[in-house]
Amino acid sequence: MGSLLRRSSWMRSAQASLLAIAVCFSLGASDSSARIDNLGHRLMCTCGCAQLLGECDHVGCPSRGEELATLGTAVAAGQTDQQILDAFAAKYGATVLAAPRTQGFDLVAWIAPFAVFAAALLGTILLVRRWSGTSGVRAGAAASNDLATASPEEKERIERIRRETGAEGGF
Amino acid sequence: MAAFGSFALLIALALAAYNLFAGTIALRLIATGQPARISPERLADTARRAGIAGFFAVSAAAFALVWSVFANDFSITYIMEHSNRALPAPYKFAAMWSGQEGSLLLWAWLLGTYGFVLRLRHKTDVKLYAYAGTILAGVQVFFLLILNFAAPPFALLKGVIPQDGNGLNPLLQYPEMVIHPPMLYLGYVGFSVPFAFALGALMMRYPGEKWIHITRSWTMVTWLFLTCGIFLGMHWAYAVLGWGGYWGWDPVENASFMPWLTGTAFLHSVMMQERKGMMKSWNVWLIFSTFLLTMLGTLLTRAGLVSSVHAFAQSSIGTWFIVFMGIVLAVCIFTYIYQRGHLKTEHHLESLVSRESSFLFNNLVLLTACFVILWGTLFPILSEYVEGSKVTVGAPFYNRVAVPIGLFLLFLTGVGPLLPWRATSFKSIRRNFVLPVIALWSTAIVCLGVGVRPWVNGAFSSGNFYALVAFSVGVAVFTAVLTEFLRGAHVITRQTGRDLFSATWLLTRRNTRRYGGYIVHIGVVVVVVGLAGSAFNRNVETEMGLHDKMHIGPYTLECTGFTQDSNANYDSEYALLDVTKNGKPLFEMTPEKRAYHLGGGDQPQTMVAIHSVPTWDLYVVYEGTNPDTGRPIIKAFLNPLVGWIWAGLVIMVLGTFVALTPSLSPAVAALRAPAARSVAPEPVLKGGD
Repeated sequence: MGSLLRRSSWMRSAQASLLAIAVCFSLGASDSSARIDNLGHRLMCTCGCAQLLGECDHVGCPSRGEELATLGTAVAAGQTDQQILDAFAAKYGATVLAAPRTQGFDLVAWIAPFAVFAAALLGTILLVRRWSGTSGVRAGAAASNDLATASPEEKERIERIRRETGAEGGF
Repeated sequence: MAAFGSFALLIALALAAYNLFAGTIALRLIATGQPARISPERLADTARRAGIAGFFAVSAAAFALVWSVFANDFSITYIMEHSNRALPAPYKFAAMWSGQEGSLLLWAWLLGTYGFVLRLRHKTDVKLYAYAGTILAGVQVFFLLILNFAAPPFALLKGVIPQDGNGLNPLLQYPEMVIHPPMLYLGYVGFSVPFAFALGALMMRYPGEKWIHITRSWTMVTWLFLTCGIFLGMHWAYAVLGWGGYWGWDPVENASFMPWLTGTAFLHSVMMQERKGMMKSWNVWLIFSTFLLTMLGTLLTRAGLVSSVHAFAQSSIGTWFIVFMGIVLAVCIFTYIYQRGHLKTEHHLESLVSRESSFLFNNLVLLTACFVILWGTLFPILSEYVEGSKVTVGAPFYNRVAVPIGLFLLFLTGVGPLLPWRATSFKSIRRNFVLPVIALWSTAIVCLGVGVRPWVNGAFSSGNFYALVAFSVGVAVFTAVLTEFLRGAHVITRQTGRDLFSATWLLTRRNTRRYGGYIVHIGVVVVVVGLAGSAFNRNVETEMGLHDKMHIGPYTLECTGFTQDSNANYDSEYALLDVTKNGKPLFEMTPEKRAYHLGGGDQPQTMVAIHSVPTWDLYVVYEGTNPDTGRPIIKAFLNPLVGWIWAGLVIMVLGTFVALTPSLSPAVAALRAPAARSVAPEPVLKGGD
C-alpha cells in the first residue's frame, strides 16, 4: 500500500514536471530580429560560398543583401516560417534551404538516423538480454560447481580473480 | 630535381610492389607448408627489407618536392600552381600538402614512415609483423600507383616557364596550416597500422589478443593525432574564415570526424576483448570501418563528390579511390567470412546494467553519430540520384540530429565509469549516482537562475535548451569522474597517510590507462561546455569611421585610426580599435585586411583579431570597405567559452599521454606505498563499487 502511494506521488511529480516544462516552452516569444536571425541560419547564401545566410561574411557578396532584404520583408509582412522557407525554395531552388524539408523524399533524411538508432538500440538490448540470460545460467552453474569442488586455495584464487576483474584494466 | 623525384617514386613503387608480392608468396608458403626453392622466411625478410628501402625512396621524393619549392622550380606544374617567390619559408613547407599531388605524396611518406617503424620492430612477433607489413605494402602500392600515373607531383609544365608561380591560397597562409594537415594525416594514415594488424591477425588466425596489445599504443597515438588535427582545423576555421564559428558541418570536416568516432568506439570496445574475450568480430569490423572511412574522407576531400567550403584540391582520382575501397572491402569481407570461426566470443554479458553494457551502448551511440554524419554528408548525392535535384544538408540538420546524440554520449561518459564490471546492484547504483545527479540538477537550477532561458526564441533552434542540458550533464560527468578519483585516493590516503594530491598521483600511476581515460573524459566535458557556449554568441556589424564607437557586451570599441603595411607577399590594412570597459581602457585590437599578390592579381583575406579570456572571446573582423559608402566595415563577435574548447583539447592530450604511460608494476607500487603492507592488505578499488 505504502509503495503504491509512493509510486503514485512519484507519478504525479513527474507529470507536474512535464507540464511545467511544456508550459515553459509554449511561452516562447519571438521578436522579428530574432526570427530573421533564426531564419538566416536556416537558409544558405546563394552566391556559392556554401555558408549559411546568417553567417556569410564577405563584403560585396552579390546575394546576401538581396536575400536578407527579402527575408526582412517577409517577416515584416507577417508570413510564417514555413511560408518564408517555401517562398525562398521556389525562388532560389531547394538548395537554398540549409536542411532537407520534412516532406517527400527529404523526409527520409530525418527519419533514417532515428530509425537506425532505434533499431540498433533495440538490437543491443535484445542481444544483452539474451546474453545475460544464457550466460547467467551458465556462469552460475559453472561458478557453483567450481566453488563446490575447489580447494580453499582455489576458492581464494577464484575470489581474487573476481575482485581483480572489478579493479584492474582499462576503465 | 623533377627527374630525381619521379625516379624515386618509381623505385618506391617497385619496392612496395615487391614487398607486397614477395610477402604474400612467403606468407602463403609458410601457411601451407609447401616446399619451395627459397626459404619462405628469407623471402619474407627480403620483402620486409624492400619495405624499409621503400621508405627511403618515398622520403627522397618528398625531399625532392620540398627542395623544388624552396628552389622556386616553376618548371614543375605543382610548384608553379602552389607557390611563388614571395611565399614565406614555413608556407613553402605547407605548399607540399596544399594541393592534391603533394598531399598524396605526404600520405605516402607518412605511410612509409609508419611502415618503417613497424618493420624495424618486427622482432616483437615476426610472423604477425610480416602480415601487417605486407598489408601496409598493399596500401602503399595504391598510393604510389596514383602518384606515378594519376596525380604525379613532378609533372613538368608545358610551354614557357613563368618567372613566378601562382602562389599559395591565402586561406592556407596561416600558422595552423603548417601543422594541421600533417597532424590530420598522421591520424588518417596511422589507422592503417591497426587495420593491417587486425586484418593480418585474422588472416593468420592469430591466437589470443596479443595483436590488440601490440596495436593499442599505435591506435591511441593515431587517435591523438587525429584529435589534434581536428581541433587545429577548428581553430584555423575560427581564426581565418572570419565567420565567428569553428565548426560548420562541412563535408570535409565531417570526413575527419567520422573515423574519429569509429576510432573512439574501437578504443573503448577493445577493452571488452582484452578483458573478457568479447566483441571480437565487432572490433575487427570497427577497425576495418575506420580505415575505410579514412579513405572515404580522402575521397570526399580530393574528388569533389560533395561541395565544400574548403576542399582545396579536387580532381578525377575519385575512381581510383572507389576501386581501392571496393577491393579493401572485398578482402575484408572474404577474410572475415573465411576466418570468422576464429572470432567466437569467450564470454557473454551477465547484466544489462554493467560496465560491459555501458561500453556496448557507448559503441552504439558513437556509431549512430557516425552514421548520422555519413548520412548527412552523402544525402545530397542520394537525393540527386533519386529525385534529380540536390538538397543542402547543413548545420540545422546536424544540430537537430547529431547534437542530441552527442549529449547522450556525454551522459554515457559519466555513467560508464560508475558501473562495475559484470553486474551491479540497485544499492550500488544509488550510492554511485547520488552526487552526479545532485550536481546535474543543481547546475540546471543555477543556469536557469543566471539567465539561461531554454523557452525563449525557439529553444532548439537557438541552442539554449541544448546548452542547458550540456552544462548540466557536463557538470554531472565531471562530478562522477572526480568522485572516482577521490574514492581511490582516499583508500590510498587511509593506507599510507599520504596527502590527497600525492595519493591521487600514485593512484593514477598505478593504473594509467584507466585514470588517463578519465582525464580524457574530463577534457571532453570541458570541450562540450565550450561548444555549448555558442548558444549565447552575439555579434554586431557596423561601418566605422574615425572615433566611431561600437558596443558589444560589456565592451566599447572605438576606432582610433587605420594604417597600412606592405611586403612582397601582400598589402595589408589595419583598423586600430581601442577597447574599453565601463570607460576603463583595456587593450587595442588590430583586425587586418590583406590583399595577397597572387597570379598577377590581388586576393583579399581577413585576419581576425581575437582577445580571449576564460569567459569569452572578443572576436573582431575588418571586413573591408562598403563599396557604396566607402566606409570601413567592422564586425565584432562576443563568443562565450570558446577558450574552453582549446583548454579541453590540452586536457585530452594530457590524459592520452597518461594513458600511454606504462602503469607502475605492483612491486614498484608497493615500494611507493610501504605503509600499505604493514597496515592491511590493499582493498580492492572497484570501479564504482
